[in-house]
Amino acid sequence: MSAFNAIGEEREIDRDEFTPGVEPQPTWCPGCGDFGVLKALKQALPEVGKNPEEVLTVTGIGCSGKLNSYLDTYGFHTIHGRSLPVARAAKLANPELEVIAAGGDGDGYGIGGNHFIHTARENHDMTYIVFNNEIFGLTKGQTSPTSPKGHKSKTQPSGSAKTPLRPLSLSLNAGASYIARTAAVNPNQAKEIIKEAIEHDGFAHIDFLTQCPTWNKDARQYVPYIDVQESDDYDFDVTDRREAAEMMHETEDVLNEGTVLTGRYYVDEDRPSYSEEKHAVGEMPDQPLAERYFDDDAEWERSYDLLDRHT
Amino acid sequence: MTSDELIWRIAGGSGDGIDSTSQNFAKALMRSGLDVFTHRHYPSRIRGGHTYVEIRAADHEVQSRGDGYNFLLALGDSFARNPKEEAYYGNEELKPLSENLDDLREGGIIVYDEGLIDDEEVADIDLEARAEENDWHVFPMDLRALAREHGREVMRNTAGVGVTAALLEMDLGHIEDLMEDAMGGDILEANLEILHEAYDTINEEYDFEHELRAPEGSHDTEQALLSGSNAIAYGAIDAGCRFIAGYPMTPWTDVFTILTQNFPDMGGISEQVEDEIAAAALALGASHAGAKAMSGSSGGGFALMSEPLGLAEMTETPLVLVESMRAGPSTGMPTKPEQGDLEFVLYTSQGDSSRVVFAPGNIEEAYEQTRLAFEIAWDYQLPSIIIYDQKLSGENTNVDVEFFDRDPSPDLGATLTEEELKEAAHDASGKFKRFNYDEAENNVSPRSLPGQQGGRYLATGNEHSPVGHISEDPDNRVAQMTRRIEKLESIREDLDEEHASNQTYFGDETAEYGIITWGSSQGAVAEAVERLNENGYPVKGLGVSDMMPFPEREVTDFLESVDEAMVVEMNATAQFRGLIQKELGRFGDKLTSLLKYNGNPFEPAEIVEGYEVNLEGEDRQPTAQVRIEPAAGD
Ligand SMILES: Cc1ncc(C[n+]2csc(CCOP(=O)(O)OP(=O)(O)O)c2C)c(N)n1
Ligand code: SF4
Repeated sequence: MSAFNAIGEEREIDRDEFTPGVEPQPTWCPGCGDFGVLKALKQALPEVGKNPEEVLTVTGIGCSGKLNSYLDTYGFHTIHGRSLPVARAAKLANPELEVIAAGGDGDGYGIGGNHFIHTARENHDMTYIVFNNEIFGLTKGQTSPTSPKGHKSKTQPSGSAKTPLRPLSLSLNAGASYIARTAAVNPNQAKEIIKEAIEHDGFAHIDFLTQCPTWNKDARQYVPYIDVQESDDYDFDVTDRREAAEMMHETEDVLNEGTVLTGRYYVDEDRPSYSEEKHAVGEMPDQPLAERYFDDDAEWERSYDLLDRHT
Repeated sequence: MTSDELIWRIAGGSGDGIDSTSQNFAKALMRSGLDVFTHRHYPSRIRGGHTYVEIRAADHEVQSRGDGYNFLLALGDSFARNPKEEAYYGNEELKPLSENLDDLREGGIIVYDEGLIDDEEVADIDLEARAEENDWHVFPMDLRALAREHGREVMRNTAGVGVTAALLEMDLGHIEDLMEDAMGGDILEANLEILHEAYDTINEEYDFEHELRAPEGSHDTEQALLSGSNAIAYGAIDAGCRFIAGYPMTPWTDVFTILTQNFPDMGGISEQVEDEIAAAALALGASHAGAKAMSGSSGGGFALMSEPLGLAEMTETPLVLVESMRAGPSTGMPTKPEQGDLEFVLYTSQGDSSRVVFAPGNIEEAYEQTRLAFEIAWDYQLPSIIIYDQKLSGENTNVDVEFFDRDPSPDLGATLTEEELKEAAHDASGKFKRFNYDEAENNVSPRSLPGQQGGRYLATGNEHSPVGHISEDPDNRVAQMTRRIEKLESIREDLDEEHASNQTYFGDETAEYGIITWGSSQGAVAEAVERLNENGYPVKGLGVSDMMPFPEREVTDFLESVDEAMVVEMNATAQFRGLIQKELGRFGDKLTSLLKYNGNPFEPAEIVEGYEVNLEGEDRQPTAQVRIEPAAGD
């Protein structure tokens, strides 16, 4: 008998199970894009057969970081920028968990930028959703790493002198094996992309465009958007790194000009996930670590087996 | 004829195999029945530069490096290719002979490698005259040539060991055995030839007048030669730790490496990650998901861990961190010990944050307190920290093998099974009251693990309700905060009742003068107290290991029983003395401090001198690089 019976439990899962029954109700502003992510997740999770108790959502700090307060799964609301190292270790300790990390553009691309690069590079099997509203929401509207050049805020009153970060290209270069961009204003695509990301065996990065009507009043509300998979104007092979790179560049160029391109940009099904790589070199146990502590028959090697070399 | 103790110093350049040679020689001495203690001095560089290792061996317990030494094996540095030209490395001038003479005791022996040590250096220091004055017995030998003749130049260490054994009238058996374990084929053959050749040459060509001989001893039980890093790593293994994440930094890297190397065979996971914030956050994530996990670093890296440390506390996630101190501030002296991070480790992180901190004083304590750190972290769901230093990390001493023979404890502490979760409190939405304060026993509210049926909750670094929702409700805040903070009191009671004291007492129980210390300075203090007692001074000592929660009762009792006490620690600002005064709120006028912060650990004689100077009460400082800080009223 497993110590984690919720994992892999097969039953009809109701969407409402992902909504906390009593409190709290979301404190996001009316019209906030974050509602779109929450909704898409609530739809996607039952459709991929996930039970709320086998899902661990790990978030950072920011309006985005509150996601798992309003989504009824196991959750870890961590600290600013640190969701990824917490999430990937939880996955290593219990690979059977469905791990979804989420955070904002300030959280994920700013303070947590180093972790983003390395988690993508290692290709941990998890989904990472970055709520990209091109601004710091929770701290009241400062310029973020994705804010457009010239963006004015209280901390950049003369307009930002910095070129915005290009999350899709960065992710590709860092090593993510699934990269997509979607938008809160496009719920159907968002749901489908989240489902694919969850089912993808590797690091799936979703740059999720979420409007912030409170602080980013000038920001394009990401409409109209174009779905690159649906449009005849864009024909590229998502499994081809170079074509994907070119398409990402174009997407990132035109976003600054007000054209919103969304869709899947890169999918590499062949690249082994980090735990598979680790397993191959003999550094990953067969049984989940977490499970072993409940296993009465587990053999626990002891230090004094190691003492021989010291005598 | 044997001597009371041998303190053998092998000096040369880093990267010349000094460390492995001395490790083997120490083991040979241990196998011959002696107690050993090693001390390693090295510069922060990979090759070259002045380095030495000291091995102290005696037929009785040895707890420190001792004072000075009585046998010098000075090897040249093969990286200074031309020994005739002065070789400077940064500000470290390589002089394996002259650099080391100050501490050589009267009647001591010098063996130096004529092949690699500059004649001029020898002439410059007027070796002959100094030898005469101090009754040193000098044996110049061309160890390099001897090694070249039978094998390769690097094997001159072996020649040095052969010479040592001959001069001390040691049997070569244990040394040969160890060589056979460590190498094979031609290499072994060549080394054995060199060993014998060196041994025979000395016996045939030199007359000895010196009195120093290897001491003789015997052990009743099998011994193992372990470093503090080994002890911490093995303590973690026996506590069921199977996840470690880290980023290299001297001297913490040793623990990280030992666990990394052993984990694949025991089903554990090790991760070298992008930085120390990530390292501690990984350990936290793994722990949250159900592994027993640890991380660690040295000062600079630990600074980065203060965020995840606070998160562990707020989310009540068990976690063990180790902090291996080196001299600071900032990058400081990477390879030199200091006890300067105490306050940093105690108070790091925002808010009214608290954790458990243990400072083991020797190898056995390092093992036991690491186990205890895991036990407490998982029983009480909070971070615990082992604070130690470069000295304890690298020193090797022999430990009775039976000391380790006990059950592993892969127990997850206050963690519920799914069966137990069925009985546990849930709120109306079906969420598990993971942070329940109503029924918390010992201030602990047992947890569930992600993936368990019936255990859903939110862990958050924000203040939170019993199910983990963010909450700024004042009543809830007070209840949660109080419960978290009062854990330390429950732990203190638990430590006082359930566990034998972590504090170590030594010396004359009735004495009215006390010496109190913490962490790795304990060994030198213990020896100093012993020596003072032998010389008729009534002195007693206390080595404190529990830094938080502080052993108030024990320290109070000790300080009440003496008229005066000297606090010995390796830092410049008397941090431990400050802690005593803060925790106990008195005794300010009873305490003086003996401080050392030059990068080298205390020698017992310095503590003896500190005691004398202190008693004399004059306005003078001890002669060594230590400082007396007088008492101050409360
Ligand atoms: C270490 C640290 N630095 C700064 C903050 C303050 N802080 C909270 S949220 C935030 C910005 C969040 O912006 P973003 O990630 O874009 O998320 P959003 O609120 O827009 O969803 C900052 C700077 C913090 N909590 N911790
Ligand atoms: S501040 Fe912006 S991001 Fe935050 S909740 Fe309001 S709209 Fe959303």
